[in-house]
Amino acid sequence: MTGEWAADSVEAVFREERGRLLAMLVRQFGDLDLAEDAASEAIEAALECWPVDGVPATPVAWLLTTARRKAVDRLRRDRAYAARLAIMQVEAQQHVDAASGQGADDVQDEFPDERLRLFFTCCHPALPVEAQTALTLRCLAGLSTPEVARAFLVPEATMAQRIVRAKRKIRDARIVFRVPGSDELARRLPGVLRVVYLIFTEGYAASTGEELLRVDLTDEAIRLARILHRLLPAESEVSGLLALLLLVDARRAARTDAAGELVSLEDQDRGLWDADRIAEGRGLVVAALRGAGTGPYAIQAAIAAVHAEAASTSTTDWPQIVALYDVLARRSPSPVVQLNRAVAVAMRDGPEAGLAALDTLDGEALRGYHPLPAARADLLRRLGRTTEAAASYQAALDLASNERERAFLRKKLTELGVGRYRP
Amino acid sequence: MKYMLLIIGSQDADPVTGEEDQGLMEAFMAYHKAVHDAGVMVDSNVLASFETATSVQVDGAGDRIITDGPFAETREYLGGYYILDLPDLDSAIDWAARCPGARAWRVEVRPIQEFGLS
Repeated sequence: MTGEWAADSVEAVFREERGRLLAMLVRQFGDLDLAEDAASEAIEAALECWPVDGVPATPVAWLLTTARRKAVDRLRRDRAYAARLAIMQVEAQQHVDAASGQGADDVQDEFPDERLRLFFTCCHPALPVEAQTALTLRCLAGLSTPEVARAFLVPEATMAQRIVRAKRKIRDARIVFRVPGSDELARRLPGVLRVVYLIFTEGYAASTGEELLRVDLTDEAIRLARILHRLLPAESEVSGLLALLLLVDARRAARTDAAGELVSLEDQDRGLWDADRIAEGRGLVVAALRGAGTGPYAIQAAIAAVHAEAASTSTTDWPQIVALYDVLARRSPSPVVQLNRAVAVAMRDGPEAGLAALDTLDGEALRGYHPLPAARADLLRRLGRTTEAAASYQAALDLASNERERAFLRKKLTELGVGRYRP
Repeated sequence: MKYMLLIIGSQDADPVTGEEDQGLMEAFMAYHKAVHDAGVMVDSNVLASFETATSVQVDGAGDRIITDGPFAETREYLGGYYILDLPDLDSAIDWAARCPGARAWRVEVRPIQEFGLS
């Protein structure tokens, strides 16, 4: 029992602090593999020592000291690493010399938060996107490779290979652990935010059956966004992203019914929406919109906040939502934004106007995108044009691949009562 | 650390007009000077047209197989390169982005393998 208790507490401490520990080790040793190994060995040591000696007063300090010692031991043992150690000591000294001017706080602080460097390394644009999400989940969310593999529904060996290859590129092409300078930050930050957003949407779109086995990626994404927000509190897009994730996730309980079927925004029981998440998200939106350079995440969060304020779709401030989509379309034009805007126009001016707006969309760019025929079907249904609605639902069903969305579309088709359809 | 910036053209790209060619020449000269002034130049060359290329392979029996041009299926060709001595990939990406070849064609950044540490 004691062993189990200790294992739990190590897990808890480590899951919370693993990213920080790893980032500090990477900063010091400049090698992600070495840092990960040293961190793992430090946990093993903790599993042995803590049940006997008790959990230390500052577990992180204990883990960091232990991990550093393990890393240095390994460097001494390994002849190939020995030469590197010598180089790194010289470089480390140069770092200290360079930092002694302005970065005095950094040097004095015993446990500086180095995770931002790690974010920018894991999300480096020279790495493939799927490796960026995998590395971020592994290094900053503290997931194991099997957990990351399960989360993305790929074989463990494939995921392990992906991570190994990315780490090799970081080392061999020399992607350094560094926060980009202020002029470069604006170019690099969207890439980091996109990785967190992709992790969230991957979790959000997960289908029920698989969900039981999957790590909750929406929770992980929110955790990562919170870390980023703590590290970059003045960046309005970081606040915007965290707000967006909180506001969308607030609807989680209402988004599916007891049978696990999707419930549309219109039919959701808004009493089930998470009031705490909404309050937190709204606060962040206000802050994000106040800052200079309001970006796409902040605008999308503002749209989610307008939804959150209303008791139902009929009392929603649709003119405001259309106006926000106009801002979004100007700021980052995309056919998907235009589609969402058309749906909002339908809510503001009626289904006829919505259909007219849909007709102006670039059909070529949205080819194969099932939300387009699904939106058209919904508007046709509202107008009582049942046969056309059924054809559009069928077109959407033929395109949708997510099982939960397919079930939703089948239900809509059945409700129309037009007879047989291709399942 | 040394990086090779490979300037890669495509046979499918639109031919460069005389006027564009003049602008490109000037841009490359300015870039070349910037690389020199920054003290990062190791080597750089422009290759003669891919039409002058000859491919050589030696088969299992030791016989030479000589063919005209690069492999028929490759539409891309190496037009020239820079080898630069730089601290890390980010600075190599910066230099690649400044290279006029990145606008006209494509620049591939390859770290040069280092041996001798083991």
